[in-house]
Amino acid sequence: MLRLPDFQYHAPRTVEEAVALKVKHGANAAFVAGGTDLLPNMKRRIRKCGHLVDVSHIDELRSAGAFEGGLRLGAAVSLEEAASNEAVRTVCPAYAEAALLVATPTIRRMGTVGGNLCLDTRCLFYNQSYEWRKGIDFCMKADGTICRVAESSPKCIAVSSSDTAPVALAAGATIELCGPGGKRAVSADSFYLGDGIDYMAKKEDELLTALVIPDQTGAQSAYVKVRARGSIDFPVIGVAVWMRRRSSDAPVEDARVVLGAVFPDPREVPAAAEALIGRALDAESIRDAADAAFRAAKPVDNTDGALSWRKEMIRVSTKRALERLGSAR
Amino acid sequence: MSGNRVVGKPHRKVDATAKVTGRTLFAGDLSLPRMLHCKILRSHTAHGTIRSIDLTKALALPGVVAGLTGNDLPIPFGILPVSVDEHAVAIDKVRFTGDPVAAIAAETEEAALEAVRAIEVEIEPLAQIRSIEEGLAVEEPRIQDYGPRGNIHKLVNLEFGDVDEGFAEADLVREDIFFYGGNTHLAMEEHASVADWSPDGKLTLYSSTQTPHYVHRALSKVLEMPPARIRVIACPNGGGFGGKSDIFNHEIAVAYLARLTGRPVKIVLTREEVFYCHRGRHPVLMRVKTGVDRNGAIRAMAFDTLLDGGAYGSYGVASTFYTGALQTVTYDVKRYRFRGARLFTNKPPCGPKRGHGTPQPRFALEIQLDRIAEQLGLDPAEMRLNNLAPPNSVTANYLKIGTMGLGKCIEKVVEGSGWKEKFRMLPYGKGVGIACSSYLSGAGLPIYWNRMPHSGVSLKVDRGGGVAVFCGSTDIGQGSDSVLAYITAEVLGVDPMEIRVVTADTDLTPVDLGSYSSRVTLMTGNAALQAAEKAKDLLAKGAAKKLDVPAGELVFAAGRVFHAADPEKGISFAEAVGAAEALFGTIGTVGSYTPPATAGRFKGAGVGPSPAYSYSAAIAQVDVDMETGRVGVEKIWIGHDIGASINPTLVRGQVEGGVYMGLGEILMEDMAYREKRNVVHKTPGMLDYKSPTTLDMCDVETYLVEEPDPNGPFGAKEVGQGPLLPVPPAVANAVYDAVGVRIDEVPITPHKVMRALREKAATGEGRFGPKKFPSVDWGEPIAVAPPWEDGNGRPKEKKEDRG
Amino acid sequence: MRSERTIDGPGKIVLSFTVNGTGVEIAVARHKTLLEVLREDLGLTGTKHGCELGECGACTVILDGAPVLACLVPAAACTGARVETVEGMAVGPALHPLQDEFAEAGAAQCGYCTSGMLLAAKNLLESNRDPTRDEIRRALAGNLCRCTGYLQIYEAIERAAARMRGAT
Repeated sequence: MLRLPDFQYHAPRTVEEAVALKVKHGANAAFVAGGTDLLPNMKRRIRKCGHLVDVSHIDELRSAGAFEGGLRLGAAVSLEEAASNEAVRTVCPAYAEAALLVATPTIRRMGTVGGNLCLDTRCLFYNQSYEWRKGIDFCMKADGTICRVAESSPKCIAVSSSDTAPVALAAGATIELCGPGGKRAVSADSFYLGDGIDYMAKKEDELLTALVIPDQTGAQSAYVKVRARGSIDFPVIGVAVWMRRRSSDAPVEDARVVLGAVFPDPREVPAAAEALIGRALDAESIRDAADAAFRAAKPVDNTDGALSWRKEMIRVSTKRALERLGSAR
Repeated sequence: MSGNRVVGKPHRKVDATAKVTGRTLFAGDLSLPRMLHCKILRSHTAHGTIRSIDLTKALALPGVVAGLTGNDLPIPFGILPVSVDEHAVAIDKVRFTGDPVAAIAAETEEAALEAVRAIEVEIEPLAQIRSIEEGLAVEEPRIQDYGPRGNIHKLVNLEFGDVDEGFAEADLVREDIFFYGGNTHLAMEEHASVADWSPDGKLTLYSSTQTPHYVHRALSKVLEMPPARIRVIACPNGGGFGGKSDIFNHEIAVAYLARLTGRPVKIVLTREEVFYCHRGRHPVLMRVKTGVDRNGAIRAMAFDTLLDGGAYGSYGVASTFYTGALQTVTYDVKRYRFRGARLFTNKPPCGPKRGHGTPQPRFALEIQLDRIAEQLGLDPAEMRLNNLAPPNSVTANYLKIGTMGLGKCIEKVVEGSGWKEKFRMLPYGKGVGIACSSYLSGAGLPIYWNRMPHSGVSLKVDRGGGVAVFCGSTDIGQGSDSVLAYITAEVLGVDPMEIRVVTADTDLTPVDLGSYSSRVTLMTGNAALQAAEKAKDLLAKGAAKKLDVPAGELVFAAGRVFHAADPEKGISFAEAVGAAEALFGTIGTVGSYTPPATAGRFKGAGVGPSPAYSYSAAIAQVDVDMETGRVGVEKIWIGHDIGASINPTLVRGQVEGGVYMGLGEILMEDMAYREKRNVVHKTPGMLDYKSPTTLDMCDVETYLVEEPDPNGPFGAKEVGQGPLLPVPPAVANAVYDAVGVRIDEVPITPHKVMRALREKAATGEGRFGPKKFPSVDWGEPIAVAPPWEDGNGRPKEKKEDRG
Repeated sequence: MRSERTIDGPGKIVLSFTVNGTGVEIAVARHKTLLEVLREDLGLTGTKHGCELGECGACTVILDGAPVLACLVPAAACTGARVETVEGMAVGPALHPLQDEFAEAGAAQCGYCTSGMLLAAKNLLESNRDPTRDEIRRALAGNLCRCTGYLQIYEAIERAAARMRGAT
């Protein structure tokens, strides 16, 4: 049986207590809520933490609902709760769609809004047991020095595998953090850094407390996920699209196209948005946007699914996501 | 069959309540006082020479009690007598990443794990053999030091009739190349074993094994202990599918460590380690040549197969023969040639997975027949009906066919699916495909040569009315314990749920060879039937005396024994036992089963014979997404010639489970390796090795064709493996019907479909699959004249026929 | 409320929680998961494990009313919690309708995924008394079974649901 290494468990009741515990134990502590990402990594001896700071019992992280015309989702709200929340389904249905596509029903009940945003980047060379990784002489993300996917790569290219993060970016969301120095908010766009190891702007001592999605009046969004099976799997491609227009035949005023499961971060493709802005959403503009997304993508061999196919699926998924918006009004 | 009260009717399994209440004890659920926990150090290198191994630091850690290295157990073992090439832990050499190197027993699993990580091993790397092609080409280094040459483990070359003459007579000859990728059993239960050493020097091993008898023999040999001092108990298996039918390193290791420490020792493998145990589907590269006349009748067939065997022999010699054995049992092939080779490579060993060696050639042949039908403008279902192997016949390769219900299976699925309205008529993107298969109901010969029964049952009835059935068979979820109860209950007229079934315990139960080759229902069923009939005979004599009626006129039913003409005149079953005990003394009977003699007398004739063959036909309907290449299987209609159902609910469960596993193989499952520098399994876990979820499984319509086979108990044939076989090619043929591309490689991933669609758009024809078949020196064939050429099953004298 | 007590110095904690309706107080190694405590410390081996990484669903149990994967729940997080396992489904000798129908329909072949399937199904029926086939498929989408192809499992759940609604 695969077992956890030794650790001490803490269940603080306030954000301040949680942060204080983290400060006290430093890098030897980790925040945890659902545990569905961290615990497997601990069992595989990828993550070593002597202290688990469980934030799932902190009341202020557990509320979700309408907020300033948009939404505010506490970090410890489960993905299942978020997906079935009436306000979420009304204001930003794409977020609900994405949350419902995560893993399995049980994991969605355990996993949280904050956890999915903080999901460790993934790689078939990394999400393996200590013994397996020893067989490839480790990789730079854990215990080793070079990247096994692309050996000349100066940085880790493990993949952002969150389903909800691309939607957060596309919807222009803000992420709230709380650290020893107090609270701050960063745009989802600047939260992710594009490096497989240092993949998010959250400082070591900071706790992600909420996801804030701004007023979506007049906006539409959609998320398309590609994975091997109908359930369980992480995305091998995720595409979130967002746009604003006055009516279904009016030109697109503003748009964002964000790719998931390709880069170490959910990656916005400005060229795809530009292909839409100022034009009606029709077969032609959709094709141009999908082509732009396709050109921007550089999948590498670190998830399941063949590379060339995954790249092609970006085109198809972008198209399908945009077509859904087209048919939505 | 209508007179039966139990057999042929839906009944709960005898262990159903235990299973739904969590009370079934699997090996991993066992815990004994003073028990130690074992962990195995496995090689991080795919091929290398062990220069040194030092347990000093490991043994000094807190809680560590004992260790095992290769030299402690120098005697090799292996499931087949021709490939005895395994050790509990490696001696001198490691052959794949995951090969056991040392083992530790400690007070806790955590301490054992720490100790294993503290073992110091120095391994000098050797060149790695990564593929079929390298296995053929690389003479040195050799992974194993046996086999005809280099890294060839087994080479077969058999010819039945003049195949070239057959091709010359044919109107159409096709040659195609196929590749069937490897996959694994992925039973939900991870292998576990507990060994217990008693103060009087006896060993008990509880294990998740499908073959306790073979484990028993191996333990005796390796530990140099008389079999009588060893007891092997196969716990209910949490799924087997062939993955627990070898003798495993960890079983030997815990037995040794229990003897060494005098304490119970337990091991539960991690899922990753289960991937290293493997013994799953061989990747097979195939070249198939078939000649037909203009009506589609097969004139000759030549099958060449190359198997990627992994690093050890396992069942591989049998697997190799199986890739060539059953083509002739399905279709009438008058001239047949089979050449096959199994290569050693530095990967976990392949072995028997559900369908053992036959899904691969089935995939190749059924797709090729689909192509031939198209070329000749024939309906592929009709063409198959016109090529059926005749019942009660002997094939070109000397397999004796008895009942043969494939025609009815085809008719059922053709009708049920609406085939005639669908084939080549559905809108682009949707399609249907058909495929057929056959499988054995138990191997005709045992794994080690002997003339003893393959299955034994002993039966005890007592004056309290209790009935206990003892049999060495192992319930792996298929319901074999229940089959013993149903058959016994049918004969003795008692409630099957009242029967005590004691199985898979080498101390208590007569030998049954194991739960493999779909042999259990037929063989243990016949043994149970015999034992029950003997007991019934004794009881009838006792009851006859008491009731003063002729024994032959007594009926056993509803827990009573009564006169057929006057049901009121009777006694309870318990009273009948009492009457028999008064006459004969304590009542105990035995039954045993040995398959009928086989017909072939050439080397290799031992693989393929069976007392009865089951048949299946499947039609798959698919919906192919042209933009993503994703194949959605909407429904599968499957007809299975079961002979007769012992319990239709369980039969249906086996059919649907087989379809499920076939679907996983054709759509997603892939035993993939990374081969750069060091060969490692790419995805040894349940997230990345893809097993179909509820959302990937299709609807299934099952038709049972029941035509009782005289060799089966109550006419029953197998169902555990056969229904998997037609599924992969039926899906592949349906994909062609849907979008006009041929995917000649398993699994059919969206990527391959997209590649083929692109090729079709560019050139008008789309195919994804292997293009080359390496040249192989097959050596001289063993030529055997088929029965209709006055053959006697023996090889021909060399000169006469080759001129 | 959910603070843990440490005994014997580092390494062990006292865990008090409710399992199948019975209060339990037990000292366990603090790094253990709920799965390990149930199986190894409480002898409730009905909860199975197939991967220990949250990938197969075999260890599904109900924690405070919702299904969880016991292999990914630190036991220490269960202080004060209510846990329900397969051993708690039957009332005395009377099987839960789901258990009864699983037995009847042949839905448990090897039986290894069965406990997790039963608890996932029980959770479904608590919020949806009359699920469609598709809703059942979705609810079980995280529970792998290698034996049945799932179909007899669906049938068992449908029959149990009907019985529980009083429809049969």
